[in-house]
Amino acid sequence: MTLTFAAPARTATPARRPRGRAVRRALTGWAFAGPATLVVVGLSLFPAVWAFFISRTKWNGIAEPQDIGWANYRRLADDPDLAAAAQHTLLLTVLFVPGSIALGLLIAIALNQRIRFIGFYRTCIFVPYVASAAATGILAGYVFNPQFGAANDALRRLGLPTQQFLESPRQALLVVCLIALWGEVGFTSVVYLAALQDVPKELVEAATMDGAGRWRVLRSVTLPQLRPVTLFATVWQTITALQLFDLIYTTTRGGPMNSTQTVVYYVYELAFQTRRLGYGAAVAYLLFAVTLLLTAFAIWRGRRGGEEAF
Amino acid sequence: MRRRILPFSPWHLLLMPTALLFVLPLVHMVLTSFMTEREINRFPPRFIPSGLHLEGYRKLFAESHILEWLGNTVFVSAVSVVSHLVLCSAAGYGFARLRFAGRGLAFAAVLATVMIPIQLLMIPTYLMFARLGIVDTLAAAFVPWLASAFGIFLMRQFFLSLPAELEEAARIDGCGTLRTFVSIVLPLARPALATLAVFTLLSSWNDLLWPLVAISDDHKYTLQVGLATFQGMRRTEWSQLMAGNVVATMPLVLAFLVAQKRFIATMSLSGLKG
Repeated sequence: MTLTFAAPARTATPARRPRGRAVRRALTGWAFAGPATLVVVGLSLFPAVWAFFISRTKWNGIAEPQDIGWANYRRLADDPDLAAAAQHTLLLTVLFVPGSIALGLLIAIALNQRIRFIGFYRTCIFVPYVASAAATGILAGYVFNPQFGAANDALRRLGLPTQQFLESPRQALLVVCLIALWGEVGFTSVVYLAALQDVPKELVEAATMDGAGRWRVLRSVTLPQLRPVTLFATVWQTITALQLFDLIYTTTRGGPMNSTQTVVYYVYELAFQTRRLGYGAAVAYLLFAVTLLLTAFAIWRGRRGGEEAF
Repeated sequence: MRRRILPFSPWHLLLMPTALLFVLPLVHMVLTSFMTEREINRFPPRFIPSGLHLEGYRKLFAESHILEWLGNTVFVSAVSVVSHLVLCSAAGYGFARLRFAGRGLAFAAVLATVMIPIQLLMIPTYLMFARLGIVDTLAAAFVPWLASAFGIFLMRQFFLSLPAELEEAARIDGCGTLRTFVSIVLPLARPALATLAVFTLLSSWNDLLWPLVAISDDHKYTLQVGLATFQGMRRTEWSQLMAGNVVATMPLVLAFLVAQKRFIATMSLSGLKG
């Protein structure tokens, strides 16, 4: 996340203030900022710390938790279910992130043209983003239904063999990825479209005057300008892919034969289906660590790339 | 100028199929909700219903608590939006303009929470809510949405972009902090507040994972949880499922069509500043 830290504007302060006023200021400040801060921090930092203590126990949520030290973390290394889930999550991320970036950029460039019906196109492309992932998943189950779904009908019309889609262990994850793209590309398109409209017109004009063709302008002027947005979108979509749950819940529930079970889904199953809270928390911590590392890496790469570019 | 081979811009060749690919599944969903089960279970499929059949809706309303779920979702979203508007704008103003002890630390703590994923929080939050006795109530669904780091950050950035002169003038005229905030600053913040409202509405209305964990009483389900559970029981009754989908998505789709500019501004802003 590209957080921009702007320095707070200084409000006019009298040169001297008596002590009573400092107390009043603190009270006023906390009265304004306190409630929201309490909700946000209280519902995340505190549970995050507690989750760590839970991750060092064996616990079903009902009986007394049993302290087992780092055993849960040691188990992470040789858990075949976790390895499979990590593999699925990795594949999903590797397909989803570049896919949503490339498609989003392409669609944004197209939507940035001044042609007829552009408002209509924009509306159509952004609407799926508003639909919940749960509803999207249910709809996808219908469209990709092997017996009478529209997807197989389209294949049949094209003279291609029909497919099992979500019911095939080999195809399900790919189909889930396609559906996720359908639901999320609207987001990357919007982000890129906003950024494209911020690219200074003078830059593009100057390049064109110097004889650069459209392709050259895109590659050498526009894309470098979009770099921060690409960095942001990459981080954001990576987090989205790593945390994909709703869609999997309403399409396959992790099946068939666990082929779409991702790490997040595994955490959900461990904690709330089989009630292994301690081990579930340990897996969640692993996921958190990976998310943090990937984000830090992306930001570091982006910073370094930015320095090289200028 | 290049010679034009087509009577229209070649971009249409990309945009037209893409637009249809994105919108047709939703149209298909609405049309299917008006079909009979017999019409649906036919291959090759038909896309236009033979008439305006309401069986799907009738069965959905009779066999599920969909109206209660809709009411629950509306309630949870309304509480979340109102609370976000009040708490986050106040906190955003506090962090942007008021100088008080502990401000930097508090704001850093708020920002740090952005990195913590919900999957890590759901186990302890569930246990915490269970002890507070609010598991299985609507409060469980909306308490995590009372305020968010994104909301606080968004409002702070907005207030920082406002010129401070107006507030100073108000203060010189004898306005207190609260009065200045409510009658001078907030009216200027309407666009940011609208963005915040849309963001909160989208997130709380569409949330599945957390209410799924926190609520197991089927009268207290939100729409998303209700639909997902209903789907688990009626895997093949597509007209009902599509009718449920229509109920769950159309309110937001209509809101999107009416206030498209605001939605798009929200999407791009949550992009650039989230």
